[in-house]
Amino acid sequence: MIREIITPLTYDIIKNLKAGDFINITGKIYTARDSAHKRMITDLENNKPIPIPLEGNIIYYMGPTPAKENQVIGSAGPTTSNRMDSFAPTLMDLGLKGMIGKGERSPEVIESMEKNNVIYFAAIGGAGALLSKHITNVKVIAYDDLGTEAIRELTVDKLPVIVVIDDKGNNLYKLEKDKYRSI
Amino acid sequence: MRIINTNDIIENIKEMCIEANLYLSSDMEKAIKESVKIEKSLIGKQVLELLDENMLIAKDKNIPICQDTGMAVVFIEMGQEIAIEGDLLEDAINEGVRRGYKEGFLRKSVVDDPLLRNNTKDNTPAIIHYNIVKGDTFKITIAPKGFGSENMSRIFMLKPSDGVDGVKKAIINTVDELGANACPPLVIGVGLGGTFEKCAFLAKKALLRPINESSNIDHIKELEETLLNEINKLGVGPQGLGGIVTALGLNIETFPTHIAGLPVAVNICCHVNRHVTREL
Repeated sequence: MIREIITPLTYDIIKNLKAGDFINITGKIYTARDSAHKRMITDLENNKPIPIPLEGNIIYYMGPTPAKENQVIGSAGPTTSNRMDSFAPTLMDLGLKGMIGKGERSPEVIESMEKNNVIYFAAIGGAGALLSKHITNVKVIAYDDLGTEAIRELTVDKLPVIVVIDDKGNNLYKLEKDKYRSI
Repeated sequence: MRIINTNDIIENIKEMCIEANLYLSSDMEKAIKESVKIEKSLIGKQVLELLDENMLIAKDKNIPICQDTGMAVVFIEMGQEIAIEGDLLEDAINEGVRRGYKEGFLRKSVVDDPLLRNNTKDNTPAIIHYNIVKGDTFKITIAPKGFGSENMSRIFMLKPSDGVDGVKKAIINTVDELGANACPPLVIGVGLGGTFEKCAFLAKKALLRPINESSNIDHIKELEETLLNEINKLGVGPQGLGGIVTALGLNIETFPTHIAGLPVAVNICCHVNRHVTREL
């Protein structure tokens, strides 16, 4: 069964999400990938404010293709999350509640997710055309000079994702792989 | 002597960059459709169905299959009886890529310096491989390569005594450890032999072969089949979320090597294994 959640995330929503759940996300989410993360962390180190309102929000690790005139956004699938692993715990300590990407996370990230009650969703990698259909509005809110890596506020309508690591540390990448392993 | 003008090359490369990013080759399409039927994991099956739907949306809406429209890898096969008229060939290739990525609304993902990292804003330079052959053919292949999977690729300089078991172990362990990040179901290109750089090139070249076309060397064909079978027993599954469809194909290209070495390169590609070839 597919469940729908509406952003921002609250503890009540998070505690009911389990690894393996198919979820549709509606509301606002924010994009940031490698360069944007690096810049945000540098800003924090210099005691400057960062452009994403973190509390209760979700970061989508994504850099889209350019939109044509009749489109809101181009192809918009997830990038590999583990490149953001060294930055993620700091953002979670500051209130970030959800991440959307693809692939495994480091033990430090999972530990911070458990400590801060954070959910990690996977969007389907390589399905950027399909995912773009669920993005209804896009606004670049910071780091415009980074092009595709700029921070964007997305309005999403039933964005399809899967809970892959929940806030109890249940990890679909490990649990499901073991079920089908015969080597 | 046949003369080819670089304007022709630019135009073709432009079109091929766009075509490669919007449409998958028929062998890939067919493999994805068939994988839905055999996948045992329910989550895996749903993922594969969505990938199939994604291909249709890309075609229908003229939108890239994947947002990572890659770094353009260009293979040129040029007969030695061809003369190039116009610009420098390399400049023409890069101009074609520049126009393709701009006019096709493809993502510009190339940075000018690996450490300073300023985006070149036109996806150039391309990675270009030249191969001079007999006759007057001029064949261009464009293979945009995304880095989600490129980053999960590895090279191993094994000892001759490691033998075929060492080769199998290196390849299978790479997929086991890293495959989940590379958007499975995967296509795996393997290079065996040569030198360090030749081996990596062979692995890339192996990705260009149709995934259902086996090696014409008997023992290599057997190795391809064994490896694909073993990799699909790892449990990684579609998107690394568990299942029996981890890889759709595995191709090996070989080359003679040195008495002291056994190079093995594994170039992992996701299901968006793009490549378009045209002959001018």
